Amino acid sequence: MEFITASLPIVLPVAYALGMISVFMGLCSYSVLAERKISSWIQGRVGPNRTRLPLLGHVPVLGNLLTGFGIFQPAADGLKFLFKEEITPGHVKVGYYYLAPIVALAPALTTMVVLPFGQYVDADGVTQPLVLANIDLGMLFILAISSLGVYGIVLAGWASNSKYPFLGAIRASAQMISYELAMGLSLLPVFMWAAAPGSEYGMSLFGVVQSQQSLWLVLWQPLSALIFLVALFAETNRLPFDMAESETDLVGGFHTEYGCFKFGIFFVAEYAHIIMGSAVFVLLFLGGWNFLPTFGIESLTWFANPWPAGIIGSLLSVGWFMAKVFFMIFFFIWVRWTLPRFRYDQVMSLGWKILLPLAVANLVFNTLVIALYDTLTR
Amino acid sequence: MAKTKVIERKPLTLAEKTFIPQIVTGLKTTFGTMLQKSVTLQYPEERPKIPDNYRGVPTLVKDPNGREKCVSCQLCEFVCPPKAIRITPGEIDAEEDPDGAHVEKAPKEFDINMLRCIYCGLCQEVCPEEAIFLQDIFSVSGYSREEMINNKTKLYELGGTLPDQHYKWDKKKAAEAEGNPHH
Repeated sequence: MEFITASLPIVLPVAYALGMISVFMGLCSYSVLAERKISSWIQGRVGPNRTRLPLLGHVPVLGNLLTGFGIFQPAADGLKFLFKEEITPGHVKVGYYYLAPIVALAPALTTMVVLPFGQYVDADGVTQPLVLANIDLGMLFILAISSLGVYGIVLAGWASNSKYPFLGAIRASAQMISYELAMGLSLLPVFMWAAAPGSEYGMSLFGVVQSQQSLWLVLWQPLSALIFLVALFAETNRLPFDMAESETDLVGGFHTEYGCFKFGIFFVAEYAHIIMGSAVFVLLFLGGWNFLPTFGIESLTWFANPWPAGIIGSLLSVGWFMAKVFFMIFFFIWVRWTLPRFRYDQVMSLGWKILLPLAVANLVFNTLVIALYDTLTR
Repeated sequence: MAKTKVIERKPLTLAEKTFIPQIVTGLKTTFGTMLQKSVTLQYPEERPKIPDNYRGVPTLVKDPNGREKCVSCQLCEFVCPPKAIRITPGEIDAEEDPDGAHVEKAPKEFDINMLRCIYCGLCQEVCPEEAIFLQDIFSVSGYSREEMINNKTKLYELGGTLPDQHYKWDKKKAAEAEGNPHH
């Protein structure tokens, strides 16, 4: 008994971490399904609707419903990748070739450590975030780690030792470096407003969410939100910025030489980036788990954060946060079928000539406004 | 030569230069198509509607009295471009079938090799007895070459009975009974 209580501080975080990883991987596989289903609905098709698991799939009405929505499809997709023949082309650099998918997936999974996804009220009556590690530099951590994702792509392109992956990797690295600047600059005004000097939260994501009780930042800083969103699409290599893949001109881009499970890992990494990106956008601009913006009206304060203390309130806050994240994932897929891919030079000129100056101007403007505000209210 | 009129393009407004209104319109369009009914046909469960004059698998048909219409004249075998049809003619036994004995001939064997058939419909066109029809079956499959050869039993099974407009042989029989052998 004593041993159990003594080991709890070590066992509990590991258990939480494993729990979060499994939920996150589940989300990844189901966002693949969402992608396939929503793509087919937008194109007037039906999408995956045949995979049926033995027991659950044969429950009278429910089984047909689940099968029709393709709920069992991710299992089939994953197993397909596992059981395919493992082919390694002769011309690749073997070590790096195997390393690349892992390097692509690991940063996406690492960033979720600092991702708050709900709230609870602790014993002292203070609202605390549900998060694996509530560090003060949460946003910096995410920016630093998620930009490592490009190494996976670059490594895949180099190790594949053939033309198309090489071109894809070059495009991806140029694109991700260009848009990271605009992304970081667009975030500065957000933290200037959310984490004023003397605030207790610093750059933690929880602080940003708490500061959005009355007004979501997407309404308060629409330009920052727009720049961040565009940069997010570029960072996650999603259409209209999927330079790394561009299947029409580069076959498959950086993963042309990859098959079976190694390709599966790249695939999961792409969706992990999308989920992480959506979650960060929701935290920064869509008010996290706050219910509705109140615009500072006193009588509506209840709507900002109506979740009661206790486990039900926590679950509700997580649920509302997840609902927003699902909407963002849907938005990613929705945009994919709305906008065609940019040409490479258009991507570059959009990043360097438009987004970056715009982000700088936004930063300067907000700095001036804050300076003016501080001088007048002193 | 026709005069070409060059239309002046209006300069883009500020809103148009950001492309955001256009992107919103595009998003609306794709969302609209998402809500529409899908055009997919769930194939094995749902079948397409086959028009009446469709040229599917050639089959042999019977008339509404259940009489075998083919008289094994072998015109279809002769006209068949890929030589898919093979007929072994036979006599109608007067003792077994006294009503149909005046037709005299019927096929003993009637094979259509579906590996050769090109669905041209010439057999249907040439048949003087309206006994062979390309009907609505469009998917044929089998595990061996032998399976892909439709024999007489299979052909009648696939063909079934079609309405007859002439009842040619009944009329002949009636005419013969009235003493007009050349009808």
